[in-house]
Amino acid sequence: MSATSSSASKPLKKGWLTRLRQRNVLPGFGLSMGITVFSLSLLVVLPFAMMAYTTTQMGWTGFWETITQPQVTAAIKLSLWMSFLAMLTNMVFGTLVAWVLVRYEFWGKSLINALVDLPFALPTAVTGISLATLYAPNGLIGQWFAKFDIQVAFTPIGIWLALVVVSFPFIVRAVQPVLAELSVEFEEASAVLGANRFTTFRKVILPELLPALLMGAGMMFARATGEYGSVIFIAGNIPMQSEILPLIIISKLEQFDVQGASAVALFMLLISFVILLTINIVQWKLSRRVGAR
Amino acid sequence: MQISNSYDYQSNPATKDTPWIRRIFIVIAVLFMVVMLVIPLLAVFYEAFKSGWQLYIASLVDPEAVEAIKLTLITAAIVLPINMVLGIAIAWLVTRYQFKGKQLVTTLLDLPFSVSPVVAGLMFVLLFGLNSTLGGWLEGMGFQIIYAVPGIVLATLFVTFPFVARELIPLMQTQGDSEEQAALTLGATGWQTFWHVTLPNIKWALLYGLILTNARAMGEFGAVSVVSGHIRGETNTMPLLVEIAYNDYNFTAAFALSSLLAALALVTLLIQQVMTKLQERKFAKSERLVSAPELPVSANATVPTSQDKP
Repeated sequence: MSATSSSASKPLKKGWLTRLRQRNVLPGFGLSMGITVFSLSLLVVLPFAMMAYTTTQMGWTGFWETITQPQVTAAIKLSLWMSFLAMLTNMVFGTLVAWVLVRYEFWGKSLINALVDLPFALPTAVTGISLATLYAPNGLIGQWFAKFDIQVAFTPIGIWLALVVVSFPFIVRAVQPVLAELSVEFEEASAVLGANRFTTFRKVILPELLPALLMGAGMMFARATGEYGSVIFIAGNIPMQSEILPLIIISKLEQFDVQGASAVALFMLLISFVILLTINIVQWKLSRRVGAR
Repeated sequence: MQISNSYDYQSNPATKDTPWIRRIFIVIAVLFMVVMLVIPLLAVFYEAFKSGWQLYIASLVDPEAVEAIKLTLITAAIVLPINMVLGIAIAWLVTRYQFKGKQLVTTLLDLPFSVSPVVAGLMFVLLFGLNSTLGGWLEGMGFQIIYAVPGIVLATLFVTFPFVARELIPLMQTQGDSEEQAALTLGATGWQTFWHVTLPNIKWALLYGLILTNARAMGEFGAVSVVSGHIRGETNTMPLLVEIAYNDYNFTAAFALSSLLAALALVTLLIQQVMTKLQERKFAKSERLVSAPELPVSANATVPTSQDKP
């Protein structure tokens, strides 16, 4: 009697760590779990908690007062607006580049394909000073715009340009694999039923690309609102006119306004959280529609 | 990596575009890429060499530049091994076991990708800054983290640590653990299994992840800019010195350092291409061995299914 009860309770005697996982004989669970928990806590959880704690110390009114300072609201509007415009630009050109890379054969295609990732590999500060030099009123490209009285560098147009460049790969790399995997039978059916190429693209191909396109666009938008290195050189950084949100954090830190800086940072985190949530909801809705079809 | 297929869209009437549409699209796409990406890249080298070789070399052997290059290399040398161990551990944990909280691990792993670098830097300033509890305590012990090298290393770790795990997880997921199980059954110890079975299987993905990590670690600007505090010659990495030189109107120095970073980016892209090609060749080989030779090449070359037309 006692023997059976002791053998029955034997599995329960195992450590709490082992009870977390479900049967696998491979060793190293404890070690890899330990390393993971330690590193994630030190690098991610603790810094996040500290920032949330710093912001809660200033209370809701303090947070709201920081966010509604005229200089901060101007920066929020500018950052969101320029990121949105850059997103629209890249939705058009990113899809076009993905289309060209998947559908056509031309000389230099593999080079173009490799160069798509350049903005991910090139340090943002390098992109920033290069664009600022090129588009300055006396720069190689800027002097042409100057003839038409258009100033690109040191205005919001420059911010838009830098954001388009650094976030370009997101949409191409999101759309490209979906387009390559897209079965040609859909287009054949559409052609047989008498649709022209434009109608086929609009009604058959685009709906298939839409989830990936929106995913890429959302990721791109989130990245663009937080982008710093490439923008500050070309933006001009005039308060109320061409000052982006991340720069507000830097200038608040330079004035030792740590709480103000963390309030703005928390607001930026909220923005990216809302974006990621929206993408997920839209994707879920789209997949349901496709599933119901 | 990249998905490509060898389907000839232009010889199928249903997927064929009119030649002039095709030409216009190719011209617009290539022009966009040239104006947005290629010209800024070339401009870096042009500006760097504009005033001649001597000035270029002189601005690279300048003591401040040498210090910055040294600090960048030191940071990468610390961050890479740590990232390798972390990446392998996280990928091993996520792909080899079912456990509660796995979703939490993968979510936390993706977080650094969606956080602005400036916010990342700020978080470490708040955590280890001199007026924080932890920072003050460490300062009392004689450790300075923020505005010093450890802060730069921590901020760089934060922005780079998902790279290795993100490369390893999909690969280790598809490979499964049957080979490791077999090794254990044959009497190998855990470490023997890791060295002789797991590591050879993941070595290329690991290398690729480390190359991406290296590119980002050497080029990170926003996060490092916040934690470094810009003490001249002491805590400047290469991208930070680029900013200082540029703001001092010392354009040759700024672009000379930038040209080194741009060359690193080009090497990274080149390695990425070579590895993609190698993988495609390996994949094509295994495809030929596994699948029946009479299967046609379709738009879905990767997954031959019943919907493929003969």
